[in-house]
Amino acid sequence: MRRTLCRFAFAVALLALALPARAQESKHELTVFAAASLSESFQALATAFEARTHTHVTFSFGASSLLVTQLQQGAPADVLATADEVTMARVRDLVDAPRTFAHNRLQIAVEKGNPKRVAKLSDLARTDLAVVLAAEQVPVGKYAREALAEAKVSVTPRSLEADVKAVLNKVILGEADAGIVYTTDVRSAAGKVDGVEIPDSQNVVATYPIAIAKATHEAGEANAFVDFVVSSEGREVLGRFGFAPP
Amino acid sequence: MRRAPLLFLAPALGAAALFGVPLVALVLRAPWAELGHQLESPTARDALVLSLVCSLSATAISFALGVPLAWLLARTDFTGQRLVRALVTLPMVLPPVVGGVALLLAFGRRGLVGEWLAALGVTLPFTTAGAVVAETFVALPFLVVSAEAGFRQIDPRLEEAAAVLGARPGFALRRVTLPLAAPALRAGAALCWARALGEFGATITFAGSFPGRTQTLPLAVYLALEHDPDAAIALSLVLLIVSVAALVALRDRWLGA
Repeated sequence: MRRTLCRFAFAVALLALALPARAQESKHELTVFAAASLSESFQALATAFEARTHTHVTFSFGASSLLVTQLQQGAPADVLATADEVTMARVRDLVDAPRTFAHNRLQIAVEKGNPKRVAKLSDLARTDLAVVLAAEQVPVGKYAREALAEAKVSVTPRSLEADVKAVLNKVILGEADAGIVYTTDVRSAAGKVDGVEIPDSQNVVATYPIAIAKATHEAGEANAFVDFVVSSEGREVLGRFGFAPP
Repeated sequence: MRRAPLLFLAPALGAAALFGVPLVALVLRAPWAELGHQLESPTARDALVLSLVCSLSATAISFALGVPLAWLLARTDFTGQRLVRALVTLPMVLPPVVGGVALLLAFGRRGLVGEWLAALGVTLPFTTAGAVVAETFVALPFLVVSAEAGFRQIDPRLEEAAAVLGARPGFALRRVTLPLAAPALRAGAALCWARALGEFGATITFAGSFPGRTQTLPLAVYLALEHDPDAAIALSLVLLIVSVAALVALRDRWLGA
């Protein structure tokens, strides 16, 4: 028994040693809460930002609605970026004035090669299609319902997922035939899913605000990060991932 | 009775507080005035009914599959027995989300077995049956472990005596072995049920989340927390009460009363 415990402790110690000791190298730590749809683009932004400022950026990606709830419960975020303005407004007492930094649009994510021949929103009402949407309280879920209402389509989803990446993954895994996500998500999963365009007349413009938490201890770094996101260089990075400038 | 040494008292109190304080906080913050109203909402009712249906089905399946398996593990020797026991107990230490991913890869539409199932017209993801499978996957080990221990505690001479007195194996099993193991089976079933009721990770990963179909109580709590914390607290309270009830039912076995 003791030997097993020793071995276990040894294995854990080895694992701990193998972890990068990056936290000790830089003086400043910045915690950014960002909408799940920003996962890839914000990682790229952080890499560019870290190279310049030696501030280490840690992310928590998730549904904007979940991040906002966590902030209300006292989660230690320095910067918050959400996928819509309504969700950001829920914490208007906890953050400084938000700045809009990007726009996004919706697309229908379908299996590679589009075997079920999904061409438009109204196809999602077909009973032979397994459709998943995000839950209504998640920004992309709300946007998707707006688009479906605009197209006068009623859909019975198989599942209401917790965030946009969960919707995307259900399509990637082949469990769902179609899901409504952001164009940037289809782009980030290029090669694994295909995107079906939604015409502008039915589409929705998603607006992404970013704000600094009033409780931050890293006000200088938080300001620098937000300035970088809205700068022309930040805009250029976001553009590479398919986001439109504000 | 010995006086507690101070060296032990502080950490022990810390441990008790770690469990106690969150429960007290839950009870204090509960919206007592509108509790009835909260629990009457369609979402809450759907989730409650679905949770009961799924967890009871999972327990029944676990019982039907787990008791024979536990008996084989306790009373026979076969090659690969240790491997089977390791496999059965693995879900107890496996993160449930990983279990959910594994279930998808096995029984999903593109899964190892799922493709054949789909050809037969059986789909598990996004269905209540899928939620039951996910809960069974996670809860079955608790029944097997408890039942195996129960079978092992039975003096084999009692079974031998039954055989000597002319009881056929089936009769001896029904009238001697199972009644003697009954307390362990009951405890295992209760534990299995409580675990199934609380299942979250495997269910949301494998079965998705849809009200009335796969959105069980824990999933409803998680989603409600984002927009309606009072509803989340009310639903959590229901789960807490059920858990306490299960514990009370098992008190003789665990609390040493």
